[in-house]
Amino acid sequence: MSDTVLFALEAGLNGLTVGIMYSLVALGFVLIFKASGIFNFAQGVMALFAALTLVGFQTGQVPFSHLINAIFGAHVSDFGFTMPAFLAIILTVVVMVLLALLIERLVLKHLVNQEPIILFMATIGLAYFLEGLGDIMWGAEVKRLDVGIPQGMSSWVDETTYNLFGYGFYIDTLSLWALLIAAVLVTGLVVFSQYTKQGRALRAVADDHQAALSVGISLRFIWVLTWSIAGIVALVAGIMWGSKSGVQFSLSLIALKALPVLILGGFTSIPGAIVGGLLIGVGEKLFDFFMQPVIGGATENWFAYMLALVFLLFRPQGLFGERIIERV
Amino acid sequence: MLDNTQDGYVTADGRQIGPVVLELKNITLRFGGVEAIKNISFDIRTGEIRAIIGPNGAGKSSMMNVISGFYVPQEGEIIYKGYKRAKMAPYQVARTGIARTFQNIALFEGMSVLDNIMTGRMNLMKSGFLSQAMWWGKASREEDEHREKVEKVIDFLEIQHIRKTPVARLPYGLKKRVELARALAAEPQILLLDEPMAGMNVEEKEDMSRFILDVNDEFGTTIVLIEHDMGVVMDLSDRVVVMDYGKKIGDGTPDEVRNNQDVIDAYLGVSHDE
Amino acid sequence: MLYREAGDFKTSYASDNQTFPIRFDRAAYWVAIAAAFLVVPMVLGDYWANSIVIPFLIYVIAALGLNILIGYTGLLSLGTAAFMAVGAYATFKLTTAFPGMPIYIVFLLSGLVTSAVGVLFGLPSLKIKGFYLAVATLAAQFFLIWLFTRVEWFYNYSPTGQISMPERSMFGVIITGASASSTAVYFTCLIFTVAMAWLARNLTRGTMGRTWMAIRDMDIAAEIIGVNPLIAKLSSFAVSSFFVGVAGALTFGVYLGAAEAGEAFSINKSFLVLFMVIIGGLGSILGSFLGAAFLVVLPVLLKLMLVDGFGWPADLARHLEVMIIGALIIVVLIVEPHGMAALWRTIKEKLRLWPFPH
Repeated sequence: MSDTVLFALEAGLNGLTVGIMYSLVALGFVLIFKASGIFNFAQGVMALFAALTLVGFQTGQVPFSHLINAIFGAHVSDFGFTMPAFLAIILTVVVMVLLALLIERLVLKHLVNQEPIILFMATIGLAYFLEGLGDIMWGAEVKRLDVGIPQGMSSWVDETTYNLFGYGFYIDTLSLWALLIAAVLVTGLVVFSQYTKQGRALRAVADDHQAALSVGISLRFIWVLTWSIAGIVALVAGIMWGSKSGVQFSLSLIALKALPVLILGGFTSIPGAIVGGLLIGVGEKLFDFFMQPVIGGATENWFAYMLALVFLLFRPQGLFGERIIERV
Repeated sequence: MLDNTQDGYVTADGRQIGPVVLELKNITLRFGGVEAIKNISFDIRTGEIRAIIGPNGAGKSSMMNVISGFYVPQEGEIIYKGYKRAKMAPYQVARTGIARTFQNIALFEGMSVLDNIMTGRMNLMKSGFLSQAMWWGKASREEDEHREKVEKVIDFLEIQHIRKTPVARLPYGLKKRVELARALAAEPQILLLDEPMAGMNVEEKEDMSRFILDVNDEFGTTIVLIEHDMGVVMDLSDRVVVMDYGKKIGDGTPDEVRNNQDVIDAYLGVSHDE
Repeated sequence: MLYREAGDFKTSYASDNQTFPIRFDRAAYWVAIAAAFLVVPMVLGDYWANSIVIPFLIYVIAALGLNILIGYTGLLSLGTAAFMAVGAYATFKLTTAFPGMPIYIVFLLSGLVTSAVGVLFGLPSLKIKGFYLAVATLAAQFFLIWLFTRVEWFYNYSPTGQISMPERSMFGVIITGASASSTAVYFTCLIFTVAMAWLARNLTRGTMGRTWMAIRDMDIAAEIIGVNPLIAKLSSFAVSSFFVGVAGALTFGVYLGAAEAGEAFSINKSFLVLFMVIIGGLGSILGSFLGAAFLVVLPVLLKLMLVDGFGWPADLARHLEVMIIGALIIVVLIVEPHGMAALWRTIKEKLRLWPFPH
């Protein structure tokens, strides 16, 4: 195999890591969109907020310490203990569920019959609010996140590929773990929605709001449930991205790319979200690899959006979505 | 009885009906494998009130949508004012002088009654972009002229008191009337009314019937309407097309249709799988 | 009974259609215009000019533009900042290529260039709606900014990658560049803002505005009365982008003086303008003014109070501001989806009856 092909293959494989990240954020979108028809712009910021909270718990930070210090002239920063990763993760899950509860109580409940575009704009407001809240609670500096997922070059991949092609690929072990965790997460979700009572209720609501209500499913409960699950998915995304490049604001910007992922995968398809995310992750790396000499680098900034634009023009329902037929 | 010469006929109440203005020839419309309209032909004459009736799912609304350009039939042709109509978008159909209302009201909820009706005159207003941007010359003059015309429609339909009310705040019956006003403001040659009296009480129905007759009488507008209330249809219309399962099963004056055996069967629910 | 309309009868359709049908409003409008042109320049200091008044005037233009698109036509855009960047870079290229061109003409031409780009990115709106369109406009945001930071021709191969505005004057007054007085800048922005607001009002009151609103409220019904959706949507994109482009041209030309696309026109600026429109009032000219004023004043006020007053760290105040803005958006959408402009209307209706409640 020629070198170019090998390099391209390596670049593409590295795109998988980013792709999983996109997939996970997109997955959160799809869950909420299916259950409530809401296009949750804040999904990416939820990942940031979850990661910030996790680091905060792990390192024993005092929440709102900057604010407390500013108001009372105190000098508090942390409690002086560190928390085991699994305990911190459980506590963060609790926080995300509480957040879902609050969002339902304070926001969604009051916007029930509004047009989708109003709801969408409300979630943009929610994104801003959460971003500010996260920064005030835990501070805005870039944080290291480590929950014990192994990192660094995978020597196994390196050796195997060297033996095969005479050129060792550089793949981060973290990527392999991310792939595995994402697979477990998706399997878990499928099992949950197929085999539990709540899961069936969820699918019923996704299928037909009115009918689900008439058989006695509580819509408010379903909303809290989906937003909680979306919060947990956001936490997983936050952990992965945080482990890779630290917890920082850029996380929420990267999560914006979940939007084009949805257009590729369709707004209502879970497999679509996963495949779409991987496609865009790999696609943008390959595009950059081949186009860099021609039009310059950093095309990752826009490749996904332009691809989505092309899709919107020629296949608006995405790869897996249902065709939208408008009736007069 | 009808005098079906090229030049029209005289109705029972003495109105002169003109020549054919719109003719539908062998129209077939399919959605996927389902045939919503099966090889239907009929014509509409200038100045008449033409009704399309039939049980639910007979294809009446589809027929309306074919005439107004929302659906393009797979087979058949539409002859309008003597020429075969090319494939057109709904807005182009509107510009040829065909206006319509919808079964479930399609008003602009965010605008006032006045603005809604003014939109009906859109195609009659000619001022250019720059004139509008400067609000100078033609644009402002035209706005006043057309406002005057719209006020006449408002008077005619007796909705002066709600002129500046946002449409979203109106009750159902008044919304139906505003929608009619918007269609009238376009000064159409043919007015299509899709169930103009659906969901109305007796009093509102009487009002609406009166308006429809008046429109036909005063402006000479040709009217095509779909309606469920048989009493109303038979009173209002000059000729009736009856549809069932996408087929035409009757066509003629109200009396003729009333005595048509197929029509009676369709309405009494005789089994279809003979 | 300070505010009243009794006895103010209309005898022609023209007078019924005017912008301020109530005599009191008309008077207030002329007083405001007179004050803006005659009184404000006398008392305006550099600090207030640069931190509040000039950004306010420029943001009004951008908000008017975005409001035409979202509020009047119902097309959601998240790419406002990128279109502002188009206006800014067009101004840069035009002034450096044609040094003799009057600067006001440059600003207007920049608006027209933006208009063309806007129409291009507006094409998908013919097929898609709502948040699908939002994603399409994100493509504009990221692609255009990438273009302006990567393609050297756009910044005349300057080693810093920045564009900076050369000095230009009109009628002997320096308007752009470092030595322009804040009074000259103020008048430039004021003239543009007043003219653009007047344009926006004219375009939204007549056939064009009704066409846009018809598309917004129900596109199917719009077609049935003869609206060509292609022309309606693209004209909205064109007009909206023209406004946004002029705002970008002024931001770069007279306010910042130097800019780098990625910083000055990031996606956060797109959101800021969107928030102005939502808080001020969707589909309202007055709302664009109120929203711009509110979101320009809020950070300054918070900084004065928290940082200068209580000695808080600046970044903490900034985070609090982000949080407040986010919460406000949600509250406005819940309580009054038509924003401050609708609130103002309600107050006026109450005032009209005051002091007799019934």
